[in-house]
Amino acid sequence: MSEIKNKDKTTRRDFLTTVTATVGAVGVGAAVLPVISQMNPDSSVKALASIEVDLSKVKEGQEITVLWRGKPVFIKRRTKEEIQKAQQTNLKDLKDPQEDKLRVKKGKDEWLVVVGVCTHLGCVPIGGKGDYNGWFCPCHGSHYDTSGRIRKGPAPTNLEVPQYEFVSNDKIKIG
Amino acid sequence: MNDQTSKTSKEHFEPVHTNKVGGSPFTGVTGWIDNRLPIIRMFRHEYLDFQVPKSLSYFWSFGGILTICLVLLIVTGISLGMHYKPDANQAFDSVEKIMRDVNFGWLIRYAHMNLASFFFIAVYLHIFRGLYYGSYKEPRELMWLLGIVIFFLMMATAFLGYTLPWGQMSYWGATVITNLFSAVPLVGDFIVTWLWGDYAVGDAALNRFYVLHWLIAFLIVGVVVFHVIALHIVGSNNPSGIEPKDTRDTVSFSPFTTSKDLLAMLVFLLIFVAVMMYAPNYLGHPDNYIPANPMVTPAHIVPEWYFLPFYAILRSIPDKLMGVIAMVSSIAVLGLLPWLDFSKVRSSVFRPIWKQCIFLFVLDFFVLMYIGGAPAEGIYLVIARIGTAFCFAFFFILAPLVSIIEKPLPMPTSIHEFEEWKKQGKIKTIKLFNK
Ligand code: FES
Repeated sequence: MSEIKNKDKTTRRDFLTTVTATVGAVGVGAAVLPVISQMNPDSSVKALASIEVDLSKVKEGQEITVLWRGKPVFIKRRTKEEIQKAQQTNLKDLKDPQEDKLRVKKGKDEWLVVVGVCTHLGCVPIGGKGDYNGWFCPCHGSHYDTSGRIRKGPAPTNLEVPQYEFVSNDKIKIG
Repeated sequence: MNDQTSKTSKEHFEPVHTNKVGGSPFTGVTGWIDNRLPIIRMFRHEYLDFQVPKSLSYFWSFGGILTICLVLLIVTGISLGMHYKPDANQAFDSVEKIMRDVNFGWLIRYAHMNLASFFFIAVYLHIFRGLYYGSYKEPRELMWLLGIVIFFLMMATAFLGYTLPWGQMSYWGATVITNLFSAVPLVGDFIVTWLWGDYAVGDAALNRFYVLHWLIAFLIVGVVVFHVIALHIVGSNNPSGIEPKDTRDTVSFSPFTTSKDLLAMLVFLLIFVAVMMYAPNYLGHPDNYIPANPMVTPAHIVPEWYFLPFYAILRSIPDKLMGVIAMVSSIAVLGLLPWLDFSKVRSSVFRPIWKQCIFLFVLDFFVLMYIGGAPAEGIYLVIARIGTAFCFAFFFILAPLVSIIEKPLPMPTSIHEFEEWKKQGKIKTIKLFNK
């Protein structure tokens, strides 16, 4: 008789333990989430996410830098040779193989738009420097070519091409 | 219910004392307090009657020196916090205001800045002492591990503190170091954005770095308390590496060790004051007096001197993820040393081969420190790779290998005999300005 009673008691206790633990876990989860999430970019930061840039004053061979989302963006009007060099590169020579035409807008080969942040540890590379005449990062020696692709050094990937579009012939919208 | 009471009534009841008031050796007000909060007898027991090996050299003073540095860092830090503004537009100017307008602001800031460097100097000597005399060996492994935790926390808080003046080096140092997390596979970029609270290092990051700089400083205090509690359980190691056996081997902590430590602190602080007063920026970088500019990276970004060896390891490896792993593990591997080095002899005084290995390790540390400040190319890169390889070989190859092949020198059986041998010139120890 007492055995049956004990068994009953255990099942009931088990049930209560499970329920309490579940409610507790949900509560802890609900309390932790806001604390973690508050550290992510807030609404005002996200609202500033796009800018427009006028390109009419940029001459061939020239490069301008604009600030977007707190990061520099390089906009380079490439020369004929630079485009040619970028297009004729053998994909086998690349650490992060990508064709040049995938990195520019169709029919706008002239314009290369990349985020000016080294994919290694985030320094700003210097334009027109390095072994491949694209960019050179002084921090730990990464060399990028005229398409912003990584050629030599510790950076793992090519300079990032941000989301952008031509809103008119000489105006782009980044973001 | 009835069952239970009838059963237990036949049993014997153990007395319970939830009230432990009493037992103090003191009387009067001291006794009244000590009976209720036994910290006074604990203090007497652990700091006045406490016995320490009599052979301790000045190398054993760095624990006390570090405690003083930590207290001074907190006092100066609180003072600076009363004037500093963690805002990307105001931080740089508020630091300049501290330097020019705040009463003694220049002194307090220079003290805080240079104390950080001197804290690392003392910690490196403290770690060297532990390595050389085998203080990491049984039964002090846990204390050693707690020490490594403190070292990691120190590096974190030093880095965070360095970002606060919001100069060029602050900004780009923060960028490079936080980007180390982007090496984490898959979620790396999310982690970095989360750390920044933005898409680049900026106002949000600065504000939280300030909060974390405080938080970690006090976490260090907490872990230091554990480190010291562990020390009072396992006892101090000593240059002979032999445990004390009877009263011929020990002296009381006070006044013997305390007076010795006070003298060491005085000398250390004098050197610190000399540097702070005559070359306050010698250990810093001039570029940090240029306000942060997210558009331009300085041509040579270098971390603070105390991070250079690890920075050299990071740069010596051409792969991002592997570089980060190598850098972190070059420190974490210290935690494995109690198990990688299984020689029964603690002190290097009696370990002819291991002693050479440790000196090579120290040399490697300085070589990497030099390389960390040099450009990452050509011959420097080659040396950096050799240095990194040696660092890991020291732990994973030399430590176990030497434990097996080395034949230790003849050893005295006790600390007082060790002292006799020293007087007779039979053994050589490192002398740090005593005797
Ligand atoms: S950040 Fe550019 S090479 Fe390291």
